[in-house]
Amino acid sequence: MNVPPSSDDRGGAAQPLLIVRDLKKHFPAKGSFWSLSRDTVQAVDGVSFSVAKGQTVGVVGESGCGKSTTARLLLHLIEPDAGEVIFDGEGVGAPGGIGVRELRLQMQMVFQDSYSSLNPRATIADIIAFGPRTAKKVPSKQAHDRAGGLLEQVGLQPSLFARRYPHELSGGQRQRINIARALALEPRLLILDEAVSALDKSVEAQILNLLADLRRDLGLTYLFISHDLNVVRHVSDRVVVMYLGRIVEAGDVGGIFRRPSHPYTQALLRAMPSMDPDRRTEASLLTGDPPNPINPPSGCRFRTRCAFAEEVCARVPPALQDIAGGHQVACHMMVPGSGHSRAGTICAGHD
Amino acid sequence: MTETPAVDVENLVVRFHQRDRTIYAVNGVSFRLARGEVLGILGESGSGKTVTLRSLMRLLPHNCAIAGRVVLDGEDVTAASESRLEELRGNCIAMIFQEPATALDPVFTIGQQITETLVRHQGMPRGEARRRALEWLERVQIPSARRRLDSYPHEMSGGMRQRAMIALALSCNPTVLLADEPTTALDVTVQIQILLLLRELQRELGMAVVFVTHDVGAAVEVSDRLAVMYAGRFVETGAARDVLRKRAHPYTEGLLAANLHGVEPGSRLMTIPGAPPNLAALPSGCSFAPRCAYAMQQCGETMPAPVICGDGHVARCWRAEERIKVAA
Repeated sequence: MNVPPSSDDRGGAAQPLLIVRDLKKHFPAKGSFWSLSRDTVQAVDGVSFSVAKGQTVGVVGESGCGKSTTARLLLHLIEPDAGEVIFDGEGVGAPGGIGVRELRLQMQMVFQDSYSSLNPRATIADIIAFGPRTAKKVPSKQAHDRAGGLLEQVGLQPSLFARRYPHELSGGQRQRINIARALALEPRLLILDEAVSALDKSVEAQILNLLADLRRDLGLTYLFISHDLNVVRHVSDRVVVMYLGRIVEAGDVGGIFRRPSHPYTQALLRAMPSMDPDRRTEASLLTGDPPNPINPPSGCRFRTRCAFAEEVCARVPPALQDIAGGHQVACHMMVPGSGHSRAGTICAGHD
Repeated sequence: MTETPAVDVENLVVRFHQRDRTIYAVNGVSFRLARGEVLGILGESGSGKTVTLRSLMRLLPHNCAIAGRVVLDGEDVTAASESRLEELRGNCIAMIFQEPATALDPVFTIGQQITETLVRHQGMPRGEARRRALEWLERVQIPSARRRLDSYPHEMSGGMRQRAMIALALSCNPTVLLADEPTTALDVTVQIQILLLLRELQRELGMAVVFVTHDVGAAVEVSDRLAVMYAGRFVETGAARDVLRKRAHPYTEGLLAANLHGVEPGSRLMTIPGAPPNLAALPSGCSFAPRCAYAMQQCGETMPAPVICGDGHVARCWRAEERIKVAA
């Protein structure tokens, strides 16, 4: 079964499917009962990126970097404080743009925990048919028929699975159901939030193959959020690296992995196990844990763990700047005249 | 005369009896580990790796039956009394877990927990034990260790808690350290720090370590030898280098490919079809045969005997020799 995306390609091929501008979300932090201080967790603080049609954009970062919050903000599962989301040329919630309900028909999400994201008291067929029945008023019979087709598409035999319940399935099978449920609304963009992280490696490989097939067959666009750099390198066209609520580097997957330019990206990649007993990792570039996103450091948020931090880094937050063909870095060392003593020296090394 | 091995496991079998069925969790595992050696046990969920690890300390629920012999530093654990086991645990053999937040006691400070262990196991006076606790926190590189001595587990970050748990486990200088996925819940940049710390401490203290993980990368960083586990058996064991390069068992091959190691980005991944076997009803032959691309008729009928593929390199596969030759 091959279902084309529900809505037409409105903006044309050159129009990015998703543009995010200066997205912000600060949560009030839970202080002690008596404290009057108003601490905030700056979970997402001015994030801008775009996703071209048919691309897979990987978002990487450690816990607390804001990658999952970003995903939730895009779907308005939580309301952003500020920022703009433009879906295929139309502002979300803007006058003349598209509404949140309409957006959610076109943008669906697959979560990490395959069990808690499925209704335990509904059968697999009901779970998959629920979205189209309620959001698109598809008659029940038709929605169930289509659920069978979707099951097949995600590699599960409808006759064996349609009437079963989530607890009867393995983790990998449940994640297939979650994918089928997300696809039931015929979305154009799928947000995969650590969708393969909880699975065993051999099952993960199967799901990654399935996702690749679906992307090709249905012309989907993916936003792939993961902490696993190996997986992100495998699936992504473009990679966005986040640190404490901000993007520190973004670019083509090849550029990011071959020539990481932000000190944080470099440290992150160096922390990947070598997988070679003869070339084990000898030292870690970073010490300690990622800092708490409550009241993050001023200026560059990475400066407290950065070996090259200078006075300017504490004073001025570095902007995300293009250093070469779509490769963007937010670091004062990349900008000649920024006031950093190494400014511009590293820039030259990039071809 | 050869030195007594730190760990000597012979034909370990662990079964869980449930109301209406028996789970065959570990089905004949044997290995020896010298002092100062690190064995990485690699496997997916349900492979029996954690059960194997826990049976070395006899930390298993009552509904299970353990057979076979486990000898730690010359002492037979399988025959030891409960009171003797309590002496051994934490003293000669210690364990670190995946989730330090649940493994540490939430109502005592880190300092109290380490001090208590030293007083109880080594009969150390309290004042000295506290000094030793501070030394340990410094040794595991906890910043401002003196202050952290009085911290409760919930006041620490994940990486720091894991360091504190390592300090607690090593405080009585165990001969054997059992590590159950100690870095799985951590961020990459913290994970590598913990792995490097474990490697350093292991060398300094000359401990034998059994490191259980599903993560090939983490296992390679710390292990001298690797054992790949599937359906309660070691299907391939050998020097980390040999297991990684020769991949004599088809399951090892599949597992490594699934780890995206050396795989062309965007390419189609080699996968292992199907799902792990039901441990209550294992196939009579090789447990991996139903999923194996190289299976022959014999594989479904009889359990493969261990095949020696090189120096200390053993695989339980009827076609191991042939596979090694092709690879070479």
